[in-house]
Amino acid sequence: MTVATTNTATASGQKLDVGKQRRARITGAVMIGLALLVLLVLGVDGGEQATFRLSRPTDTWVLPDLVVPAGPFNYVAATVLAFLGARQFLQGGVRWTSLSLGFGLAILVMAFLVWATAGKAFSLTGMLQATMVRAVPIALGGLAGVLCERVAVVNIAIEGMLLAGAFTGALMGSLLGGWGGLVAAVAVGGAFGFFLAALVVTFRMDQIIAGVVINLFVLGLTSYVSSQVFADLRHLNNAPVFRAWKIPVLSDIPVIGPMLFYQNIFVYGALILVAIATYYLFHTRSGLRARAVGEHPRAADTLGVNVYRTRYIHVTLGGMVAGFGGAWFTLGSVGRFDENMTGGRGFIGLAAMIFGRWHPVGALAAALVFGFADSLQQKLALLRTPIPSEFLAMSPYIATIIVVAGLVGKARPPAADGKPYVKE
Amino acid sequence: MDVELRGITKRFGPVVANDGVNLTIRGGEVLGLLGENGAGKSTMMNILSGLYRPDEGEILVNGKAVVFEGPGDGISAGIGMVHQHFMLVPVFTVAENVVLGVEPTGRLDYLDLKTAREQVREINDEYGLEVDPDALIENLPVGIQQRVEILKVLFRSADVLILDEPTAVLTPQEVDEFFEIVKSLRDAGKAIVFITHKLHEILEISDRISVLRGGRITGEGDPKTVTTEELAEMMVGRPVSFEVDKTPSQPGESMLEVRDLVVLRDNDEIAVDHLSLNVRSGEVVGIAGVQGNGQSALVEAITGLTRPVHGEILFQGADITRSSVRARHRMGMAHIPEDRHKSGMISNFTVAENMVLNSYYAPAFSNGPQIDWRRVNQTAAKFCVDFDVRTPSVFLRAGNLSGGNQQKMVVARELERETRLVIAAQPTRGLDVGSIEYIHERLIASRDEGDGVLIVSSELDEIMGLSDRILVMFEGRIVAEFDASKGPVDRNAVGLAMAGAAA
Amino acid sequence: MSEKTDINAEMNRLLARATRDRSDIEDLVVVPVFAVIVALILGAATMLATGVDLATIGKSFVALFVGSVGSLNAISETLTAAIPLVLAGLGLALGFRAGLFNIGAEGQLLLGGVAAVVFGFSFPDLPFVVLMPLCLLAGALTGAFYASIAGALKAATGAHEVISTIMLNLISYRLLDYLLRSPWIQKEGRSDPISKSVPDNAQLPRLLDWIEPNLRLHAGIFVMLIAVFVVYWILFRSKIGFAFRASGENPDAARYAGMHSGLIIVAAMASAGALAGLAGAAQVLGVLDRASPGFSAGIGFDAIAVALLGRSHPLGVLFAGVLFGGLEAGGRQMQVDAGVSIDIIGIIQALIIVFIAAPLLVRAIFPWGFRRTGDNHGGKGK
Repeated sequence: MTVATTNTATASGQKLDVGKQRRARITGAVMIGLALLVLLVLGVDGGEQATFRLSRPTDTWVLPDLVVPAGPFNYVAATVLAFLGARQFLQGGVRWTSLSLGFGLAILVMAFLVWATAGKAFSLTGMLQATMVRAVPIALGGLAGVLCERVAVVNIAIEGMLLAGAFTGALMGSLLGGWGGLVAAVAVGGAFGFFLAALVVTFRMDQIIAGVVINLFVLGLTSYVSSQVFADLRHLNNAPVFRAWKIPVLSDIPVIGPMLFYQNIFVYGALILVAIATYYLFHTRSGLRARAVGEHPRAADTLGVNVYRTRYIHVTLGGMVAGFGGAWFTLGSVGRFDENMTGGRGFIGLAAMIFGRWHPVGALAAALVFGFADSLQQKLALLRTPIPSEFLAMSPYIATIIVVAGLVGKARPPAADGKPYVKE
Repeated sequence: MDVELRGITKRFGPVVANDGVNLTIRGGEVLGLLGENGAGKSTMMNILSGLYRPDEGEILVNGKAVVFEGPGDGISAGIGMVHQHFMLVPVFTVAENVVLGVEPTGRLDYLDLKTAREQVREINDEYGLEVDPDALIENLPVGIQQRVEILKVLFRSADVLILDEPTAVLTPQEVDEFFEIVKSLRDAGKAIVFITHKLHEILEISDRISVLRGGRITGEGDPKTVTTEELAEMMVGRPVSFEVDKTPSQPGESMLEVRDLVVLRDNDEIAVDHLSLNVRSGEVVGIAGVQGNGQSALVEAITGLTRPVHGEILFQGADITRSSVRARHRMGMAHIPEDRHKSGMISNFTVAENMVLNSYYAPAFSNGPQIDWRRVNQTAAKFCVDFDVRTPSVFLRAGNLSGGNQQKMVVARELERETRLVIAAQPTRGLDVGSIEYIHERLIASRDEGDGVLIVSSELDEIMGLSDRILVMFEGRIVAEFDASKGPVDRNAVGLAMAGAAA
Repeated sequence: MSEKTDINAEMNRLLARATRDRSDIEDLVVVPVFAVIVALILGAATMLATGVDLATIGKSFVALFVGSVGSLNAISETLTAAIPLVLAGLGLALGFRAGLFNIGAEGQLLLGGVAAVVFGFSFPDLPFVVLMPLCLLAGALTGAFYASIAGALKAATGAHEVISTIMLNLISYRLLDYLLRSPWIQKEGRSDPISKSVPDNAQLPRLLDWIEPNLRLHAGIFVMLIAVFVVYWILFRSKIGFAFRASGENPDAARYAGMHSGLIIVAAMASAGALAGLAGAAQVLGVLDRASPGFSAGIGFDAIAVALLGRSHPLGVLFAGVLFGGLEAGGRQMQVDAGVSIDIIGIIQALIIVFIAAPLLVRAIFPWGFRRTGDNHGGKGK
């Protein structure tokens, strides 16, 4: 027996791309603005050249320096930007919005680098390596956020979990050595994840408040212990640091080799965790159930998926990832804990998650962009550019606001994000 | 498979939702369960599917007593439920939704979607459901989404299917198709429980009928012999007339005129497509149509909540296309919103505060920037008396009132003043018969005072009973118009138009 | 005739106010008291865990008490610390009532403080009665402007205010760094980031220095009390406050009732920012005399705790702010007398909010303090 399907195809109706057109126009205007910026602010006089070093003299394969004539390059860059911007206003511009925007931003960064380096030399390899290192805690924070928000728990406490991981890494690392410290940091991160889950799932506390409270609590606790205990007993705050492991052959690849294959365990760990999380969320049974809990918890519940347990597990896992990321601050770099040493990296991780559209790989990519801005800011001081480094340091936050506002590219969080689930 | 409920009682605090219910469900049979809103139908079925646990009584499956600890247990005992509000994840595919909870997997917990798709196709073919396993739920019309719900239950090899108000979102034609599916399931030996408050449907599909009122089984009937009047009396507890008492309409000047209106949804889809209509004073115009055909967007545009992208709206001859919600309200437009919980009232506010929600700023209730609470409270008390809102005090949280009283509160707020035009969207959804009758009387009273009344409802009976003129809306357009003042309108013709057949 | 009296009787019945439910009292009084006591006990446990001996713990609690209310100086310190907490807390409470979770009080407070300082040293020749109020106003307006960025974004695009205010906080830190190094703000002859001082005629005068010169309580306390009254009036007596609350409880219903949601969001956010900016201004004009990096000392975050503890009610915020001010002042005494780090106060404050914001947790720990809840909070029958 068959039943005729009545209104399957036509029911969703036509679409008018009003919103998309508006976004395309905004994007176009932004790009033309950027073109003017490149032309007027980043314009370089005369025949100055920007020199980018692509390898060190000691490397296995030595590449010649990349020398760019600064003035002409930026004129070209401005022209391309202006063209891409104008394209947005023409018919069919809608289809190219995201692509042109990504391309335009890349050109802008290049133009900026060329301008800043004009008449000087600059090591691109070192810059990329630093980018990767700085991206690690942000990427792990973002990944922690992805794990929590995919099951609809908003985790503002990533900052606190990173701080707890850093603290535990220093304390336990001093007592038990690097690996012991690492394991302890992951465990403590997980414990705070579990605590957050208990507050929001079992005790139905507002998720934002719970996150804020955990941040305050961890900040208070770690500051208290470090001023009360570490001040006198310095040997408790002196942990060994994980050294970089050089992966043979691969690390000799020019430019990206040192960035990806001559790093410490935290970089490798972050890359592997992102890969695992992607497989887990999108290709396994448990991942499907977790996402169902984040999108429509009642539906998952009626099908026998335990919503509460799923949330507990994933928020705890998220806490463990954040604890690992926190250990980077002590065991992965300086070996010593300082008050509030995470300095808002957890919040940037949250931003990376939104930027990355709640996808592990997206969060990693966003973290790399933020890491790049971060390391560029350090380099700018050396290149002595007239732009205050504080403004460059703000750029990731401004970019995040722009993304959250959906001015360019709209992101969609899991449908039940932030809402507590109450069984009837 | 046979299932028996014995002496089931379920309480929520002081409220007894089910009181010693006995019910037998047999394989190869459709049991119709009739009851008005709040009679305890959903509670009973949630007990049967394992979502709730009964306080007293037992469930017997094939003669053996079973205890359900959670929703998974009902399914594993072979009892599956299709909920009134679909339990589907909109961003998942059909296959993902169907297998969720019982997924085929490979090594490393790998989700085997290929097998899932094939299994879905098999069931599809067996019962003729015709659903594409790879379609995203959010792109499917509700009629198809409902089949996905049935697929879910069948995929779990359920022998008992509970269908909770399944026809609420379907056109009359879709209902016919749906009944074919139900019959083929019954003929395959499944036991079906069909829950509804619609009398003619239950007579059409059931093999046996039980009626629930106030948490108790108040009657049983054989669909071959019982009449709708008898069923209605069992359901409500007194004789009910479904005819709304009203005199012929006396249409006067034009109150509302909509010309060539285009309204978009948030995602830029066209919701209202070059639509024109007019409502005159002293007449009730009813807009029939299946949910999701642009009625909500039309109401939002008329009341000023969304800006149309094209066309104009005239109120008593004045162009109000760009006027604010408040300006329209001041001009005498009343709006009873379609979902009182979501947009009609504030549960955490008191009854008094809710009564002035859209008029608190008026000189009658304020001194300059300050609200005069004494006058607000007195007015609220008067509204409660006038509109029979049963509450111990105007300082009670509105959320603590019963659904019928909440809706009467909203209606009181909207109608208890000088109105010229009443827009009522789903004015009686989810209410008991007593409240429905009361609100219908009030709407007709507004008409008789010379207001224009525009009613939007997906309950065809409500539209047929109240309207002097019926417009049918389909995919954002008015596809048919019927004059109800000269005699009864052909129900079938309206139904066909709702499915988009007429043009 | 008799029908009319019936209606009157009916109306009188409807207008009779019900007595407060026991659960309201539990919520307003019992839970906060439990929260404070348990947090203090857990604070003691933390000290014990870090090797502080019992005698010292006892001494530190005595110091906490003495340092907060034990002397005129202690009370003056408590109130001084409470002023910015209450002001910023009022702003957050107003935001909560309007359904806005403003995490950005810290940034609004910083920029408000800087604005007050800059205005102060830019017009040193104005008389006190003009300059001081204008400095406060500059702080309030700057805070309002900074907060309304987040409000406008939410109103226009739906950007969630939690994320945008967090980002605005981070931006404000960098902006402060930049401003404090710019030549027209930085103090002459200093290389570290610190601003010029506020002239005397812009400062909030000290109130008790005629008794003892080091009593720091300043006229900001009047600003605080006026703000409590004004916020109470706005929320519960005014038309705009009704719209704030309606929009906070159910934005959809507010929109359907003809309230302009976008304007409400921006107005509520701006008012919240104005109060936070006022807190920053009061702090620099009354206590610090100048701006330096991190001069806000986390007041913007503590104010979240104050608003929550005060149940977003102006009077509650006043009590909670004074309590937190007392903890702050007592904590300093504790550090001096018992050698216990003041950071312990941060832990205690965080724990207080945990218990306040999760009353279910308090009920789970102390089941005997409350009436059994299962009976009266059951779901509605359906």
